[in-house]
Amino acid sequence: MSRPEDILPPDLFYNDVESRKYTTSSRIKGIQADMTNRALELLDLEEPSFILDIGCGSGLSGEILTDVPEDEGGPHTWVGMDISSSMLAQALERDVEGDMLLADIGQGIPFRAGTFDAAISISAIQWLCNAETADVSPEGRLKRFFDGLYASLKRGGKAVCQFYPKNPQQRSMISNAAIKAGFGAGILEDDPETKNVKYYLVLSVGGGDVTGAVNGMEGVDVYDARRKERKRGKEVNKKGSKNWILKKKAQMEAKGKVVKQNSKYTGRRRRTAF
Amino acid sequence: MKLLTLNFLTCAIKTCKSNPASFPLHPKDAELEQIEIDMNPIFIRNILPRLDWVALKTLSSELGLASLPEDVPTEEELMGEDGEATQTLKDLHVLLMETGIASGRLCCGACGHEYAVKEGIANFLLPSHLV
Ligand SMILES: C[S@@+](CC[C@H](N)C(=O)[O-])C[C@H]1O[C@@H](n2cnc3c(N)ncnc32)[C@H](O)[C@@H]1O
Ligand SMILES: [Zn+2]
Repeated sequence: MSRPEDILPPDLFYNDVESRKYTTSSRIKGIQADMTNRALELLDLEEPSFILDIGCGSGLSGEILTDVPEDEGGPHTWVGMDISSSMLAQALERDVEGDMLLADIGQGIPFRAGTFDAAISISAIQWLCNAETADVSPEGRLKRFFDGLYASLKRGGKAVCQFYPKNPQQRSMISNAAIKAGFGAGILEDDPETKNVKYYLVLSVGGGDVTGAVNGMEGVDVYDARRKERKRGKEVNKKGSKNWILKKKAQMEAKGKVVKQNSKYTGRRRRTAF
Repeated sequence: MKLLTLNFLTCAIKTCKSNPASFPLHPKDAELEQIEIDMNPIFIRNILPRLDWVALKTLSSELGLASLPEDVPTEEELMGEDGEATQTLKDLHVLLMETGIASGRLCCGACGHEYAVKEGIANFLLPSHLV
């Protein structure tokens, strides 16, 4: 199947018809919701936070941020950026709570330094690898994006970007650009070596340690700019597994939080609710 | 666009990055809207130290809204002894989270560039020579 990124620029690909099709498909809603929840798990936010949603589209990812319940650290407040006015029109129709900017992330992030606690991006940043006009290069756009993102996050802030690299070259072009901007960076692979493989670029701004965020997860490559070496994450308790949940629950209980009682359903996958 | 967001938004033009006058952006011909949302006291508490209070005061006077206290409220002023939301918290909630710019323009104090706002969405797309 051909990639939309290779057909048209994003603002033309996501026209009125495509944006509506995208936003009303329950299959797509389910996939985007799962990936957003995964990104939230990796961000591990403990309190209601100010979050940038990069390539927010029609708000399928953002509304998950709004809906995080109080006992899971929510609800969060988000600001979205997207280049497609048709996608944003869908978001308006759906009355999402986040604010939105019509903006090209390849032109930078127009917020003052240290604005956001965290950032997410679901299925968007691979678009930066296609430069549509001769006066800009993918490298230049990636640099503007990651430099701007880095500055807009507070110290210790984290960003998680799920993306669809076309090939290993794009994957390293993106992670290298993030590292050059100053981020601690790692890539997490879910369902590796299947056709459903998902890549999450996990980024941290000084202070917060990306190895802490992704260590012990299966299939995590940590790129550490300081030591310039790659580590293969050991499989200990894969996040989301039953063992991981039991451990996390014990930690939460120790912190005095109320956790659900363990049952035979603990750690089983649930259907996504709408 | 919530006034919260406006308190963090800067001009996107490269040559404005280092110019302090590129923040805050100044609303022109702004049409305001009020959208009710649930109060989130912990979020307000978390965002309070990050607000630019001077910019917020300027903004609310430019928009003809109620004048704000001289200094940014402290965390203690948000919640009463009984854990109830104080008037200060309620006012901040209304101002930051419920009051927004529905349409108009946002003007950069450094370069004069104007960003159009329609249906609450500001257009930050730049022609390539300004990037
Ligand atoms: C697959 S959609 C994902 C939308 C949303 N995050 C979700 O999970 O449903 C990808 C989005 O990225 C946006 N996008 C692509 N390139 C962009 C750019 N340079 N600047 C801003 N948004 C961009 C597209 O317009 C589109 O809305
Ligand atoms: Zn300017």
